[in-house]
Amino acid sequence: MNAEPLLVIDDLVVEYPAKGFGKKPFRALKGVSLDIRPGECVGLVGESGSGKTTLGRAVLGLAPVTGGSVRFKGQDISHLKRKQRRALSDEIQVVFQDPYSSLNPSLTIEQTLAEPLRVKKMSAADASKRIRGLLDQVGLPANSADRLPREFSGGQRQRIAIARALALSPELIVCDEPVSALDLSTQARVLDLFKDIQEATGVAYLFVSHDLAVVRHLSHRVAVMYHGEIVEYGDGGQVTSAPEHPYTQRLLLAAPVPDPVRQEQRRADRRRLLEAQREMEVQAGV
Amino acid sequence: MSESASTPVPTVAAELRAARSHVGRRLLKNPTGLVALIVLTVMVLLAVFADLLAPMDPSKANIQDVLAPAGGAHPLGADSAGRDVLSRLLFATRFSIAGALWAVLIAAVIGVTSGLIAGYYQKWFESVSVWVISIIQALPGIVVLLAARAVVGPSIWLIMAVFGVILSPAFYRLTYTAVVGVRNELFIDAARVAGVGDASIIGRHILSVVRAPIIIQAALLAGIGIAVQSGLDFLGLGDTNVPTWGQMLSDAFSRMYQAPVLLIWPSLAIALTSISLVLFGNALRDELERAAGKPKKKRRGTTGYVPDTSGDAPVVHDEERADDRPTLLAVDGLVVGYDQPDGGVKQVVNGVSLTVRKGEVHGLIGESGSGKTQTAWSILRLLPAGGRIVAGTVSFDGKDLAHLSESAMVKIRGRRIAYIPQEPMSNLDPSFTIGSQLVEPMTVTLGISKAEAKERALALLGRVGLPDPKKTFDSYPHEVSGGQAQRVLIAGAVSCEADLIIADEPTTALDVTVQADILDLLRDLQSDLHVAVLIVTHNFGVVADLCDRVSVMQNGRIVETGPARSIFRGPRHPYTRSLFDAILEDGAARGPLAHSADRNTITERSAR
Repeated sequence: MNAEPLLVIDDLVVEYPAKGFGKKPFRALKGVSLDIRPGECVGLVGESGSGKTTLGRAVLGLAPVTGGSVRFKGQDISHLKRKQRRALSDEIQVVFQDPYSSLNPSLTIEQTLAEPLRVKKMSAADASKRIRGLLDQVGLPANSADRLPREFSGGQRQRIAIARALALSPELIVCDEPVSALDLSTQARVLDLFKDIQEATGVAYLFVSHDLAVVRHLSHRVAVMYHGEIVEYGDGGQVTSAPEHPYTQRLLLAAPVPDPVRQEQRRADRRRLLEAQREMEVQAGV
Repeated sequence: MSESASTPVPTVAAELRAARSHVGRRLLKNPTGLVALIVLTVMVLLAVFADLLAPMDPSKANIQDVLAPAGGAHPLGADSAGRDVLSRLLFATRFSIAGALWAVLIAAVIGVTSGLIAGYYQKWFESVSVWVISIIQALPGIVVLLAARAVVGPSIWLIMAVFGVILSPAFYRLTYTAVVGVRNELFIDAARVAGVGDASIIGRHILSVVRAPIIIQAALLAGIGIAVQSGLDFLGLGDTNVPTWGQMLSDAFSRMYQAPVLLIWPSLAIALTSISLVLFGNALRDELERAAGKPKKKRRGTTGYVPDTSGDAPVVHDEERADDRPTLLAVDGLVVGYDQPDGGVKQVVNGVSLTVRKGEVHGLIGESGSGKTQTAWSILRLLPAGGRIVAGTVSFDGKDLAHLSESAMVKIRGRRIAYIPQEPMSNLDPSFTIGSQLVEPMTVTLGISKAEAKERALALLGRVGLPDPKKTFDSYPHEVSGGQAQRVLIAGAVSCEADLIIADEPTTALDVTVQADILDLLRDLQSDLHVAVLIVTHNFGVVADLCDRVSVMQNGRIVETGPARSIFRGPRHPYTRSLFDAILEDGAARGPLAHSADRNTITERSAR
């Protein structure tokens, strides 16, 4: 626990300019602070519009930062020029949600995986060897290299995306809902792969998801986002099973349990919670 | 497809070649494309080898041969100045095609480059280029060409270069639109994060997507280029030292009454070339669209006429208590198949049998590709094009829906069987208010007046938990949230008092907290109205929340069926068990990060 944080996000504000003159920009993040230690998985939970994806994109330099800072190993990376940003490619990588649009349909798997290696001027022979190693690491057969993305299922494509993220042995991978588009059994296997890779390489994850159960399975610490702010941040087990913030409590009880008996119980719990929170709101309003 | 990977890190050129040869090969199998390609190739060959093929100098005039008929020294005769028509035709081919290509090249270089930059970087370059392009488009092309002719003189190359500038907006707009379409694709973001430079992203990822439409556009514009260039020369504005089709036409036109046959050759050349270019463009577009519209799926080796329903019978759990509710829907041996181009049938549902009793909630659960949605659609007889019920019966209230006429089916849908879709937003028409979309089906199905239907719609919108029914009634779909849209569709589904509601993943597109509210609503409505519900889902939580009975689907078959509580207590089929094992809800949390030295303990703790 004494390790220096790898990534420190401090009071981060992201605003998207509004279309048209004189309109207020849309503030997607309203002062978010978060830190990730080496080898740690920090889960980021929230619903649509909460700003969780924007936070991941801000770390990747894909969102317009208008306030606060993102420091990676002490260096502020929130306003880098494109060229400086490119130099970070072997430190911070990404796995996106949609395994269909995150791979260029007209490039073979080998061409996709070779891209980051080529940027780092790796020789063709070394790159080829590295690609075999990566395919092996994510559990794909070596002959996948010559094939096009459309020949693979969603889960296999996500493995390819993971291999691309691992190609330059980064220290942090931003995972933006990487299992949301996958079937239940595929999802479990891909999550195990994420866990195995972390244990083998010591890479840190910023793991963005809307699913509390997924985040709980993989994260050491969990942050809950709501309307562009982090409302709760702490130990994964604690946040996902005994949350303190009213929103996290609502979120936890909203997810149906796959067991009719316990789900009936949870439904009743949820009704009671909503009632209690409504009463508190009324009291606070008065 | 695989040859491009023979070198470890293939160059961009190699990859372009591989992708192109793929479409190229199909183009050769397309009869129109093949003919057009042959004509164009012949034209280009004639143009290139005009020096060798032409029997004499195209400009050499012989006073004795004026308007000489075909035959002898002049295979196609001679023109009004006694020049050999065949030789002139060959050289005219060279200059006409080169002129058109020159214009297209200029247009492509200007239009594609500026389109790529404007689309990718946007900002100020986009604003400026849009202004410039709009100005070019606003200028009347032919007037500009005539003015340019007056300034630069009768040079075919300069005139065609000016024409190229006039054509460039066509390339700009096309490229710009295509680039804006792909620039937000995730693979572009991934390439940026991977450290790939902008030039490489544009050249490799973006150009590969926009290249096909550019080729099609170029073919069409080349046709226009030939027409315009011939037109200018026909008017006598061209360079008289260079033979072109337009000039030959002009010359022949002036002697139309003496030697009408002279008109044929240049006309034929212009027509053939222009038509071939357009047909080539169309054929290329057809092939590309066909490639995009036909996803490759695994075939299961079944024949269309003998449906394959082999496979183990489903595991059936006993009823827990006697249920004397009558059966409302009984699907028996349902086989759904899609007709393939080769005459076969691809089966997606392989003999499904299930029953839904009156007032019961039946869950149909499975992973993607299990055939659960296909089963639901075939009950409604709303299968996508090419799909049909190959075998089996769907008895609903004494009728076999599988063999009912389409007009009889229309009376069933909405009135007797209602539908709640997965994507609430795309199932509301954006150009009509929500109110009108609720009122119209009621007036048609229930035969009530508009006023009465409106009253009912408002009551229903209140019933489904919308805070301000009047406001929602007057709203357009884009003015409400996804959760509210789903409430509207649920109101629509119960509006005509159907006996059965088929809900296809009704909460999948919604946030978790909204999903909980919608599930509550569905449960309340179901118990109030005693309507039967067949709910298609992949989420065991949703099944646990709502369903009385469950059927688990895999590969187009039901593998296990029975009362929900019994299946959740003890799944018996290996596939059902594997699905239950994959559920994360009950798993242990991972726990805090330990120091890297004792990583092994992390592993132990995280294993559940």
